[in-house]
Amino acid sequence: MRMVLDDDMLIEQDAPVTNTFLRVLTCGSVDDGKSTLIGRLLYDTQLILDDQFSALKRDTKKHGTTKGDDHLDFALLVDGLEAEREQGITIDVAYRFFVTPKRKFVIADTPGHEEYTRNMATGASNADAAIVLIDARKGVLRQTRRHTFIASLLGIRHIVVAVNKMDLIQYDQDRFEAICGAFQAFSETLGFRSVGFVPMSARFGDNVITASPAMPWYKGRSLLSHLEAIDVDEDRVDQPFRLPIQLVSRPNLDFRGFSGQIAAGRVSVGDSVVVAKSGQSSRVKSILCGRDNVETAVDGQAVTVVLEDDLELSRGNMLVAPQNRPQLADQFMAHVIWFHKEPMIPGRSYICRTEVDSIGATVTTLKHTIDINTFAQKAATALQMNEVGVCNISTQAPIVFDSYRDNRNTGNFVLIDRFTNATVGAGMIDHPLRRAHNIHWQAGDIDKHARAALKLQTPMVLWFTGLSGSGKSTIANIVEKLLHARGKHTYMLDGDNIRHGLNRDLGFTQEARVENIRRAAEVAKLMADAGLIVLVSFISPFRSERRMARELFEKGEFVEVFVDTPIEECARRDPKGLYQKAMAGEIKNFTGISSPYEAPASPEIHLRTMGHEPLDLAMQIEKFLDEA
Amino acid sequence: MTMTYLQKLEAESIHIMREVAATFSRPVMLYSIGKDSSVMLHLALKAFYPAKPPFPLLHIDTTWKFREMIAFRDKTAIELGLNLLVHTNQDGIDQNVNPFDSGATAYTHMMKTLALRQALDQYGFDAAFGGGRRDEEKSRSKERIFSFRDSKHTWDPKNQRPEMWRTYNTRVNRSESIRVFPLSNWTELDVWQYINQENIPVVPLYLAQRRPIVRRDGMLLMIDDDRLRVRQEERVEELLVRFRTLGCYPLTGAIESSARTVPEIIQEMLTVRTSERQGRAIDSDEEASMEKKKREGYF
Ligand SMILES: Nc1nc2c(ncn2[C@@H]2O[C@H](COP(=O)(O)OP(=O)(O)OP(=O)(O)O)[C@@H](O)[C@H]2O)c(=O)[nH]1
Ligand SMILES: [Mg+2]
Repeated sequence: MRMVLDDDMLIEQDAPVTNTFLRVLTCGSVDDGKSTLIGRLLYDTQLILDDQFSALKRDTKKHGTTKGDDHLDFALLVDGLEAEREQGITIDVAYRFFVTPKRKFVIADTPGHEEYTRNMATGASNADAAIVLIDARKGVLRQTRRHTFIASLLGIRHIVVAVNKMDLIQYDQDRFEAICGAFQAFSETLGFRSVGFVPMSARFGDNVITASPAMPWYKGRSLLSHLEAIDVDEDRVDQPFRLPIQLVSRPNLDFRGFSGQIAAGRVSVGDSVVVAKSGQSSRVKSILCGRDNVETAVDGQAVTVVLEDDLELSRGNMLVAPQNRPQLADQFMAHVIWFHKEPMIPGRSYICRTEVDSIGATVTTLKHTIDINTFAQKAATALQMNEVGVCNISTQAPIVFDSYRDNRNTGNFVLIDRFTNATVGAGMIDHPLRRAHNIHWQAGDIDKHARAALKLQTPMVLWFTGLSGSGKSTIANIVEKLLHARGKHTYMLDGDNIRHGLNRDLGFTQEARVENIRRAAEVAKLMADAGLIVLVSFISPFRSERRMARELFEKGEFVEVFVDTPIEECARRDPKGLYQKAMAGEIKNFTGISSPYEAPASPEIHLRTMGHEPLDLAMQIEKFLDEA
Repeated sequence: MTMTYLQKLEAESIHIMREVAATFSRPVMLYSIGKDSSVMLHLALKAFYPAKPPFPLLHIDTTWKFREMIAFRDKTAIELGLNLLVHTNQDGIDQNVNPFDSGATAYTHMMKTLALRQALDQYGFDAAFGGGRRDEEKSRSKERIFSFRDSKHTWDPKNQRPEMWRTYNTRVNRSESIRVFPLSNWTELDVWQYINQENIPVVPLYLAQRRPIVRRDGMLLMIDDDRLRVRQEERVEELLVRFRTLGCYPLTGAIESSARTVPEIIQEMLTVRTSERQGRAIDSDEEASMEKKKREGYF
């Protein structure tokens, strides 16, 4: 029996897709026959066209792993990258589409190699069902477990286990049953709703779409018929309404619409809805789906909603059902799968990207990792590539989410490296953490630490002291840029600038200089209290005033940076032409010439600037802060 | 109330386009005038309605497109009131690079790949939509929807960013960019059924008509203008043909077909035994050629 495309498939296009459409991936260990199976499925459902078939014959001769015999290497239909064909392995996921009279399929062929787990996860993240291949000679392997576990973690509830290469074990029924038993035993706790088993030969087509004459003992369904029968009824239409806002549409003053793809539930004109982040409510005035005004829209539709009231609502926010709201928190627990060679280390800052929101985030605690073989919890200090761990995560501002268990769209996030923008990990949110509520609802708690915690930083004052022209401002400036690039919130107080405003009334007498420093120190203190990292760059020639400034701060908060440049060098550089004037007697009380500079005895950081680039010096400070 | 398959595809594409509009500072839509571009443009009009799509269209004009394509392009831009940018690689013109004398590979590299890179650099676009579909070709089936390009426009197929759910990583550093494929999950059949359902205008070349044809290198070439030098041994025939894909006329083979309407095309697709790209000279040119071109910055 071969399936032939016919008119039915035309009709099917217009039929509702519940249960007529399945997204499925193949996974399992290296070389278990995943790509071969997909090639075989495409071939047997006659989706390989004549020119593609001639190409396959050519390719088999050139790259085929089946060169020795006359058989075609069906994997070459899917392994489309040069490197894959040369190495005979799959590296990245391939998406293929096929249809049978019963159903439309999107199949993701994923790589078995552990190194490319990220690509397997990519294929699994949008799938409804997974085909787990097992080489009948090898049975359940470590990668079989890893992939089955990741599939479960990503919310896949339907599995078909294809015990492949039965041709190589003489179609041995006992061996097949033993493998089924082993799989069942380890996957019991993974929460699958259906698990099917098929003894199969992808290479020769046994039990792929038709019953195999070589295995008369097997009375079950073929693989394809399993896939056609899976009942995914994952109906999010009956869940509470969620519309993550992608963008605000404002073509003219009369129109303000909120565009997004409904992530759960339904919405109708006249419904009351709530803005998740502010709790403000309004009613739906109209709904656009494409260019049509519609009365009702449901999960999955891309819409633009117009509200009765003018509310503060923009990208990253969500419109939701009033009776059943999502979580709003800046701390939550999540399962995280790590993709990058650089391990995840608690305390590091990443970009947390949900479907529509993007915000700085830190993993505050790695509670444990999960052992792939036993699924047991293991204590760890870092999450290595391809590992799964349970973490507490803290974001710079609250984000809107559901638990991943309830909604795969609104419960997920990815972590992005701040500098390279690589996608380094993916997370599935379990639940918000209580602390998040405390910080938000107890007004008294909003002190310096609460403010700084929001910014994920420790408030600090970097006090640059040194002669005029020693390089204080130049270095402070670079330090500020470096900190800013790392997402730190900073502010710079520069002696010259402050004298233009706040300290405009002060001259250069000893008293005026003391008052100058006192005011700068007090302003720095207010800013540190606001949670900032403050860079103060003042000549501040007198020890006592620097001590006075230091005493305004908590222990460890005040970092004195001595920018040590010999006066000869400063006078040589003389960027503002002041030394020349001072030496000519035109400026009175000039530090180093006509007024003393008292060098710090034990500054936290002593920068000897001669022979060093400002950037190197700035990086010394950055290093000090990292170690502090 | 459930969505049809085409509605699902449509919603996914619209979501992708909105993500780009919301997160990139200078997006552009590559407009190649073919059926996929027609669908992509139609989706963009829906995605931002009642506003206009917040990005220009860019056509890389090799100067060898079918005349009907250019007419269709200009008419579309005017009727819809869209900002259409057209770029041609002037170096190629100066060096008289053409599909007959230069060879398909060199010609494509110069007039398409390099031309595209020039245009993207010139305008500083940080995201570019393309109408590529995963069912077109093996290496395309491997590509992400948001496909990262370094500052040299290079695609590194062995090191693609993971792409989870519909949570896209839209971040790039300066002079890096993303190619975005909103039609990734559409098949050729989906495209035609959608064109039929939505009544989307397409270049008439897709529909069968008698056209002047010569047979060359196993392809049916249409004589679109007198730059196609008919060889001594060649005979010009009036054949009932249509095109499955449209590109530069000297490199795009027609198929014999009597499908004069979109429903007839759909009917024909259910029985056809060759793939869409079979009529393109540039693909069979060298082994794994599409991947190589893509790595160099081709769409
Ligand atoms: N005898 C036999 N060989 C098979 C069968 N299925 C696959 N093979 C062979 O097993 C080898 C690996 O097959 P692939 O399909 O590339 O395996 P894969 O699981 O896709 O491998 P990765 O994607 O690299 O993890 C190839 O040489 C296939 O021809 C089968 O049923 N019987
Ligand atoms: Mg494979």
